[in-house]
This record gives sequence, C-alpha cells and structure tokens, in this order.
Amino acid sequence: MSNRIVIDPITRIEGHLRLEVEIENGMVKDAYSSGTMVRGLEQIVKGRDPRDVWAFVGRACGVCTTVHSLASVRAVEDALDIAVPQNAELVRNLMFCAQYMHDHVVHFYHLHALDWVDVVSLLKANPEATSNIAKSISNHSKSSPKYFADVQQRIKKFVESGQLGIFANGYWGHPAYKLPPEVNLIAVTHYLEALEWQKDIVKIHAIFGGKNPHPNYLVGGMACAVNVNEVNAINAERLAQVGQLLKEAKDFIEMVYWPDVLAIAPFYLDWGGIGGGLTNYLCYGDLPVGGYNDPTGFKFPRGIILDRNLNEVIDIDGKDEDQIKEYVKHSWYSYDAGDEEALFPWNGQTNLNYTGPEPPFDHLDVEQKYSWVKTPRWKGMPMEVGPLSRMLVGFASGRSEYKDIITDTLERLNVPVDAVFSTLGRTAARAMETKLIADWSLDFFDMLINNIKAGDQNMANKEKWEPSTWPVEAKGVGLTEAPRGALAHWIVVNNKKVENYQLVVPSTWNSSPRDPKGQRSSYEASLIGTPVHDPEQPVEILRTIHSFDPCMACAVHLYDPKGKYIHQVSVH
Amino acid sequence: MANPGYCTIGGKSSVQLLKEVSEGAKAIIAWGSCASNGCVQNAHPNPTQATPVHKVITNKPVIRVPGCPPIGEVMAGVVVHILTFEKLPELDSQGRPKAFYSRRVHDTCYRRPNYDAGLFVQSWDDENAKKGYCLYKMGCRGPVTYNACGVTRWNGSTSFPIQSGHGCIGCSESKFWDNGPFYSHLASFPGFGVESNADKVGLVAAGAAAAGMAAHAIFTNIRKKALIRDTVEEGIKGLDNELK
Repeated sequence: MSNRIVIDPITRIEGHLRLEVEIENGMVKDAYSSGTMVRGLEQIVKGRDPRDVWAFVGRACGVCTTVHSLASVRAVEDALDIAVPQNAELVRNLMFCAQYMHDHVVHFYHLHALDWVDVVSLLKANPEATSNIAKSISNHSKSSPKYFADVQQRIKKFVESGQLGIFANGYWGHPAYKLPPEVNLIAVTHYLEALEWQKDIVKIHAIFGGKNPHPNYLVGGMACAVNVNEVNAINAERLAQVGQLLKEAKDFIEMVYWPDVLAIAPFYLDWGGIGGGLTNYLCYGDLPVGGYNDPTGFKFPRGIILDRNLNEVIDIDGKDEDQIKEYVKHSWYSYDAGDEEALFPWNGQTNLNYTGPEPPFDHLDVEQKYSWVKTPRWKGMPMEVGPLSRMLVGFASGRSEYKDIITDTLERLNVPVDAVFSTLGRTAARAMETKLIADWSLDFFDMLINNIKAGDQNMANKEKWEPSTWPVEAKGVGLTEAPRGALAHWIVVNNKKVENYQLVVPSTWNSSPRDPKGQRSSYEASLIGTPVHDPEQPVEILRTIHSFDPCMACAVHLYDPKGKYIHQVSVH
Repeated sequence: MANPGYCTIGGKSSVQLLKEVSEGAKAIIAWGSCASNGCVQNAHPNPTQATPVHKVITNKPVIRVPGCPPIGEVMAGVVVHILTFEKLPELDSQGRPKAFYSRRVHDTCYRRPNYDAGLFVQSWDDENAKKGYCLYKMGCRGPVTYNACGVTRWNGSTSFPIQSGHGCIGCSESKFWDNGPFYSHLASFPGFGVESNADKVGLVAAGAAAAGMAAHAIFTNIRKKALIRDTVEEGIKGLDNELK
C-alpha cells in the first residue's frame, strides 16, 4: 500500500516549496511539487518606468541575487535596441561569475552536503588519518592533524551540550550515509571554511554594484564609472581587490570544493543511477564575449537536448511565440481564454486565483490546482534546466573544455556516461561548471584590465536613456542563466511604461506542477523510483530535490495514507 | 493579507506562523524591509495585501531593521547590542534602532561635499561621474533615507551603492518603491530636506542652476525639522521597561 509523505518546506534557507510524495514498497511511486507563496511581482511592475524594473524583480530572490536584475536590464535593452559597452558586459560577467562561485559553493556545503555527510559520525574520525586523506586529495594548506582535531573538538562540544546548533535535526546515523568518519570530518571542516569564504567573494558585487545582496544594475551599462586617476571611481585599488578575490575563489574551488566532490562521490556511485527524471535539457546560454546578441560567443552555449541525444543541439528562440509557453491548469491562476490554454510570455497573465484548501491544511488536492508555480513548456515538452543542462549543452556543442572535464571526471569515478543523467550527475555538473567559471572569471578580468589599459573607460550607453528617444511600442526578452538554470524575463513597453512583464524562472521549469497532458516537470519526474529506506527519514528525497538546488529545507512533515499526521522532523 | 493561501509553510499561513512564533517572545526583530514595512510585495497595487510585522503583532515591541536587505553588520549589531547591554536598543519614532537609522545617507555620504559645492553627475558615465560627483540629479535618495550605509558600508566595509556610482534607491524607507521613478527626484518627496545651515551654504554655492532645488530644499527643511523633533522626542523609550 502506498504512503503519502509531505515535505514542506524542503529547502534549507529561503523558499516555499512543498512536496507530497507517494511511497509504495520502499520506492517513490508518485510525487507532486507545490510552490506555496505568491507576491504578484508581475502585476506590481506594470505601469512603471522600464528602467526601474530591475530593482523590483531583482527582489524575486535574495539567494539568486543579481540574476533577475540582469535578465531585466537585458529585456529592456533588447526592447529598446541598446547595446552595452564591452566594459559593462565584462563587469556584468564578473558579477555573474562571482554569483555562481558563491551560490554553488554555498549550495554544496550548506544546503546539500548534509544530505550526504553525517556530522555526528565525524566524532569517530582519526585526525591523523583525516589529515592523510586531505593531503592526498589536495594541496590545501589547512590540512594538519591538529587542525582537524580542533574542528572535531568544536563539534564534540556541540554534540555533548545537546545543542547541535546549525547541525541540529539531521538524519544522523541513517544507513544511507556511507562516508567514513574521516571524510565526514573533512567535509564538515570545509563547511565551516566555506562559511567564512563566502563572505569575501560577494565583495565583487559590492565593488561594482555597491552591495550584496541586490547590487545595482543600470539599463544601458553599469553605473560604476572607471577612472584610473580618481579615488571615487573604479581604479587600480578597486580592480586589484577584484583580482585578488577571483584568485582566492579559484584556489578555494580547486583546492577545497572540487577535491571534496571527488572524494565524496565514490561512496555514492549508486546515485549515478537514481533521480534522472526528464530526458530534455534546456539552456539559454550566457557569459557573452562579443555582445548579448551573439550567442555563438557565449561561454555557456545556448540550446536544447532532446531525449538525451548528445549528438544534436536544437536552437531556442525566446521571441518565437510557438516555443516557450506557460500553462496554469494546475496553478492557482486563471487565464481569460481558459485554464487549458498556454500563453507566450509577451501575452502572459498573472491573475491570482487561489482555489486550494483553507490553511491550516494537511493535503493539497493534486487533481486540481496545487501550486503557485506556472508550468512552462518548450513546444509542449517539459525541460530540465540548471547546471546539468548547461554542461550537457556545452558538451553536445563540441566545446573542448566541457568534453575534457566531463570525460576526465567519468574516468576518475569509473562510471559510464549515462551516470550524468542522475542526482549525482547534477551535483557533479554544478561543481564542474564552477571550476570552468573560476577560470573564465580570470579571463574576463584580464579583458577588462586590457580594455582600460588601452584607454577604453566606457561603462554606459546613454543614447536611449531618455524615454523621449523610445518608440511608442517595444517588446523585449532578456535571457540568462541563473545558477539554478535558464531564466528569462519578457517585457512589453507601451508609451514609456511597462504594459506587460513576465518572469519564467529556473524553478518554474523544474518545480512546476503537471501540464494539461499530465506530463510531469523535473522535480516530480526525478523522484519516481527513488528508494526510500525509512519514510520517517526520507533523506533520499532530499538528495534528489536538493540536487536541483531549490532554495532550502527546514521541516519535514509525514503523514500516513489517510493524511494522519505521524511525525515531524526538522532539518536545518 | 487578503488570502491566507498566498503564503503557507507546512500547510499553515504565514500570519498564523508569525502569531505562533511570536507567542513566547519578549520582543520581535523585524528583519529587513519585508518585515519592517512590507517592501516590494507591498508596492502598489500590493496584489496580496502583504503586511509588515508590526501591523499583525500589536501587543509586543517590534524592532524594525529595514533595508533590502539590511546591512549584515547592522543585523549583527542589533543582536549584539541586546546581548551585550542586556536591553533593547533605543528606537526612533518608526521603531528603528537609533544606532543605525538616525542619520541620513546624505549626511554621512563621502560625496556630500560635492553636493554642497553644487557638483553633480549630469548623466551616466559622464565626466562628473568619473570624478565621483554627487548623484542627487540621477535620483539619489540619500537625502531622504535613514540608514548606516555611508558609515558602516557593505560587505565588510567594501563599498556602498553611492560609492559604486549608483544613487541610493532608499531601500530602508517605508514605501520606497512607490516614491516615484528611481531616476528622477521629485519635488513632492515626503520628508525631503537637509539640515538648514550646511545646506543653505551648499545650495547657494550651487547657484542659479539649482535654484529650484534650493527653494524646494528650504521649504522642506521646515517639514524635516518636525521629523527630527519626532525622532528625538517621541522615540519609543518604554521598551526597556516592558522587557523587565
């Protein structure tokens, strides 16, 4: 008989994601994903000055900060036909890279690692042996037996006090945890180091955008003027700080993050066969080096892979009204034309229509509408978005740097290529692209320095800043890749104001409810067949859902098939 | 909130959760502009009727720490203040800790001398922008925004919005989203103004080009004085007693 468990919320920090999962014979039989919060940002920006919108929509997420602002300024620039100066493109790329390095490291250590790492087990670790393992996988300077023994003592005090603090309420001791105590100790030690490091990398946002989270953007370029002979502008001191932060980031990624992923993965190779889900992958691409309108120059190439066929990359057109559309059949919205319809985002509607149960409730009626997330489709097909999609599109596009790192990683782990279509593949892809980004960010930095050295200090294109220069009607789309996947904003400008604005975000693709044909999106599809050893401690479900990097996971509520509450576990 | 289904966690509405977690609290810290003043979802037309904490919890002290987000060091500073001095920090008339919200960004801005001298950025990335002149004409909300950005700065004192060339958008002020387009400074700004003496000097220096601005500033100084008096005289002082 099947058992329905409810996990809400499922993410470890921000976010309102709920899963209702049916388990039968120790395996997930079906799953329903629900977004449980709405704010109506798309309504709020209507009628406003298009140049202001980046600030509103930037607040869509405080974790994925900057990416929505970037999508927004691009949408406006696309609508008004504004090309940004190369320096602004490079600064945006550097902020993009800083965001990725921050986001992926924080995701791995602070939001995902504890699904694989047993904190309490590290008390049994031998610091000498831990040090030997650490030195065998990396040249990281902090690797002495004493260093690890000190961390072990800190954690021991936590455990003995009965107050695990940030490590409270995990499923410690669950048989799904496979790492030896020494590897657990390395991972938790680096969890603490990563907490310190992540404060530094975001300083790049502060230097160019004034603050993090939510740095400032500007339609037409960036506001951070360059003047190498002025203390009040981007000068040698500011640039040197950026360069130093990028070098430190590369060190951390190459000497801590990447070796840890390679050290942990061999204990979980079975997860190379679990959590695959959908077979289509979509990536808008990003990191332009010759302008936003030339995707061939993107470091992340654009394209779609269908049916896991890595021999073909299919083109995407964000302005083709037959490609990307959103459904609301199972979402708490209504369309004027009826809820079976799908709308292209320029014609999109955000009419709130909550028909779910009155809170407090135990269950959603998944036959009806059950989420605040709309259901996007590309030519009617569901798509996975995120690091795995980016790595696969890069690989299938024939880019050597993608081929090298993917092939090398598969060989090191001694797994077949099919293992990439999995929970493990998703988590490994995130680490691989972080490694690529760390290299690219230094290239972008050098390009910026060379431009400035050659006398180019332009940072903003002001030709169409004044609304009097705009056409009466204009439409644009801003495509980007957020750390969590393909992100796009569509704008319709009329008479200098926003007439319509729609966001289709990565988690819209991945976490959405079913479409009218009953097709599942990524989260729901990826859970089918996942083994669940103990429904009261569903760590396996967390592993797969967290591999997509939704933003959090705090409390887990479990119910028997009749919806009776049986247990509650909190995870931090 | 118009419909409790607009925001639920674990099947409970956000308002219910807020009431539950507030139950045993002596005081509540409303972190950020969302909790302090409603922030972006509360902007017109506020489709979900989003509401700040102090409108829901009315029977306990609410310390409002606005900003989108607040400065990290300020957030830590509020907690450290309570732990170190064993009492709530003094608050202004809007319930914000005076330690971090009693100075306008304008008054602590290192570009202030440019304002006083009438030196303004006239358009993005122009020669004046490259010299780091005042961003007032680019819509900077520093003159109407109370926050610690100019002193504490952001991310380990690395920078703050004005230092990086973009005006302040006023993210710690109530209803800042609806105070007009970010890139134009409106004469009808509520509470706009500057301390009389320093600014009169500065505005005279700004000369004819800024004459309209000067007239406006002098007018609004009168309003501002009332606001300053409010802050000082009507600041919430009873919170310590309530804690004891």
